[in-house]
Amino acid sequence: MTALDPAPRTHAVAPTAGETVESPEKRRQRLSTGALIGIVGLLLLVALGSTRGEARFALSDAFDEVQLPTVPLPGVPTVVVCAVLCLAAAAAFLSGRVRGRRAALAATVAGVAVVLGFLTWAAAGRDLPFPVSNQFAGTLSLATPLVFGALCGVLCERAGVVNVSIEGQFLAAAFAAAVVGSITQSVPAAMIAAVVAGLAMAALLALFSINYLVNQVVLGVVLNLLAVGVTGFLFDQLVQPASSTYNNAPVLETVPIPGLSSIPFFGRVLFDQNVLAYLAIIAVVVVWVLLYRTTWGLRIRSVGEHPQAADTVGISVRGVRWSAVLAGGVLAGLGGSFFTLASTGQFTKEFTVGNGFIALAALIMGRWRPVLATIMCLFFGFVTQMASQLQTLSTPMPSQLLLVLPYIATIVAVAGLVGRVRPPAADGVPYEK
Amino acid sequence: MSTATAPVPTAPQPAPSAQRGRPARRFPWTDVITTVAAFVLAFLVGAVLMIVSDTEVRSKFTYFFARPTDALAASVDKVGSAYGALIAGSVGGYGPITETTAQAAPLICAGLGVALAFRAGLFNIGAQGQAIIGSIFAAYVGFSWHLPAGLHLLLAVAFGLLGGAIWGGLVGWLKAGAGAHEVIVTIMLNYVAAGLLDYLLTTTAFQRPGRTDPISPIVDFSATFPRLVGGQLHLGFAVAILAAVFVWWLLERSTTGFAIRAVGANPHAAATAGMSVARTTVITMAIAGGLAGLAGVQAALGPSASGLPVPLSAGIVGSIGFDAITVALLGRSTPLGTVLAGLLFGALHAGGLAMQSVAQTPLTLTTALQALIVLFVAAPALVTKLIPFVRTRKAHASGPVPEGGLA
Repeated sequence: MTALDPAPRTHAVAPTAGETVESPEKRRQRLSTGALIGIVGLLLLVALGSTRGEARFALSDAFDEVQLPTVPLPGVPTVVVCAVLCLAAAAAFLSGRVRGRRAALAATVAGVAVVLGFLTWAAAGRDLPFPVSNQFAGTLSLATPLVFGALCGVLCERAGVVNVSIEGQFLAAAFAAAVVGSITQSVPAAMIAAVVAGLAMAALLALFSINYLVNQVVLGVVLNLLAVGVTGFLFDQLVQPASSTYNNAPVLETVPIPGLSSIPFFGRVLFDQNVLAYLAIIAVVVVWVLLYRTTWGLRIRSVGEHPQAADTVGISVRGVRWSAVLAGGVLAGLGGSFFTLASTGQFTKEFTVGNGFIALAALIMGRWRPVLATIMCLFFGFVTQMASQLQTLSTPMPSQLLLVLPYIATIVAVAGLVGRVRPPAADGVPYEK
Repeated sequence: MSTATAPVPTAPQPAPSAQRGRPARRFPWTDVITTVAAFVLAFLVGAVLMIVSDTEVRSKFTYFFARPTDALAASVDKVGSAYGALIAGSVGGYGPITETTAQAAPLICAGLGVALAFRAGLFNIGAQGQAIIGSIFAAYVGFSWHLPAGLHLLLAVAFGLLGGAIWGGLVGWLKAGAGAHEVIVTIMLNYVAAGLLDYLLTTTAFQRPGRTDPISPIVDFSATFPRLVGGQLHLGFAVAILAAVFVWWLLERSTTGFAIRAVGANPHAAATAGMSVARTTVITMAIAGGLAGLAGVQAALGPSASGLPVPLSAGIVGSIGFDAITVALLGRSTPLGTVLAGLLFGALHAGGLAMQSVAQTPLTLTTALQALIVLFVAAPALVTKLIPFVRTRKAHASGPVPEGGLA
């Protein structure tokens, strides 16, 4: 059963590169990756024209106990080196000489070179240094809700239920967290309310898709709209007129982990986050273990790939799908609470601003695997954080265009690097006995 | 279901009975009844929402068992005034009806864009972005070029179409060429289009001279859709109907349309039959984008109450692109259905505005109603369970939409 193969293994590549036959699909993907890296390398060379002075990278900010130095990098030479590295990686891809591990290495080198080259170009000659520790800390916190959303999607879709309504689940959960948090003034209560709201939305998804066999993509879109409409209406009618009682939830504090949080650089990035960020990291491990190391996970994957076969051996397809969707709802609820509790404690209309859709994209780019999807969320968080950091540096790019950088990066990644993906075989197909 | 439409290409809404040996082409009473029932249910849920969220009405429910008439009267009053305003604002007279057509025109255009993509098995969430690009192109031609009446309008519309087609075609090209998933690409392009509009409104080419806020100059009168006296019915509505006729012709009478439906029904079979799936994907997305772009044109060139169009600003197209998805779903992805669904949601929007100003009920209620209607229409089995006297002969769910979704 290759379809149920648990390990997220990288595609096996024969050791002797010259002898293997490359499929047209693989070849096209390799060529487009090479071309893409090459184009970026050339763009960096073009950017040389507007690079001046040196770029400074601050490894710690003013509040850190241990002050790390600010690293200055000479602008022009750094960009040149990065561009050359990109072009070399592009040549390696286009020639087709590198395979397997070395291809991965080339891609990593190219990725780092792209980011470093771009940052150096943007930060060169500015008054302020680029805050590197902020960059990584912000990545983690931006990725937190995305990770929850993507994991929710992984659970649903591996069980064969397409979940386009992650956005709606976020929104409902964020609203519940704001209202209940304001009334009780308690963070745990707000989080529980968010989870309940996420569960309720998930139950709607499960009821209509599993029991009433409604097309799941349609259903997801409609549930999103329902969440927008109902939260918007209740907000206008109920919350807005009395926002001090209904829209004033407590805010999550960051919880520094004793000891670890005082490690220079990494401490602030990894061990000085709020509870939800830690929960997100734990959730990745839990979902991975559940999916690949438990009977329940095996059943989820089996009803997502071949429900008839699962039914034949006595697994309740509907039951397993219901459980997977509800478990996803819990995760989406936690993710939704992040929007309220990790920022101002206040709800505004449609303020999840498409994060649910981004999580969906990360899930597809991550090929329906928990760890890979998480990496994609981090990638998205990284680019978003970079764009907002650069805004403060008054870079050559207009801020409106910087803000769409994450979306363009996602399109480029999807088209150039990820290519065609294969969803679980029964994803979106309702099961009728 | 997509397979069900293939054998009866001429019937806009194939009756389910056609497959069971009963006389074909019977009037789809089942559909009509479930749709009406879905409406009733949606409005009932909406009424509950209104009662629950109104503090004054709720306070009367605290002594419900002492004097139930108080609470009931307050509820009926609240719901009645809101829905009364909704109906009066949408179909109560010439003015409201023309307002409905003005609201419906962009919904129909964008809905057609989504529906056409559905028929090819593509899920076009990008109508929003395509409409934004369409509005940018149309408005730019409208306010920066100064041409004779007629020609000016024609060119502005053509450029809007072109803009949408480029934005949609890009999706098809990325899907066909690189295998990029259209759902991801369209979602991302929506943001890119919105960001592009934000950026353009800060440039000298687009920002109104003397203003610091992001707003464009006003479109010339010669590039505005002319409207009938005394109402909001303008030429854009006729354009929307023409677009629907075009889509009908394309799908049912042209070779391209046959390829679109074949690819949507079964891409492998279509490829085996010698059709190019990649080419069909690009063409479908370009046309779908053009139709959604036309919705942006309606937003940019349709006259507002003052007679001149609303100038280009960040929220120019509102949420047309997302409403279009529900329009296409309710219209079961057929041109006629889309027009009817567009008119219906147009009426809901027009009435919602009246409801907001007359009965002080937030406009967001119409969004919830819209979602509930589509939800109930998509699940006929639930409707028959909730309203037992609606006996259906296994009513079929929403029309041809991509099976399986994210495949």
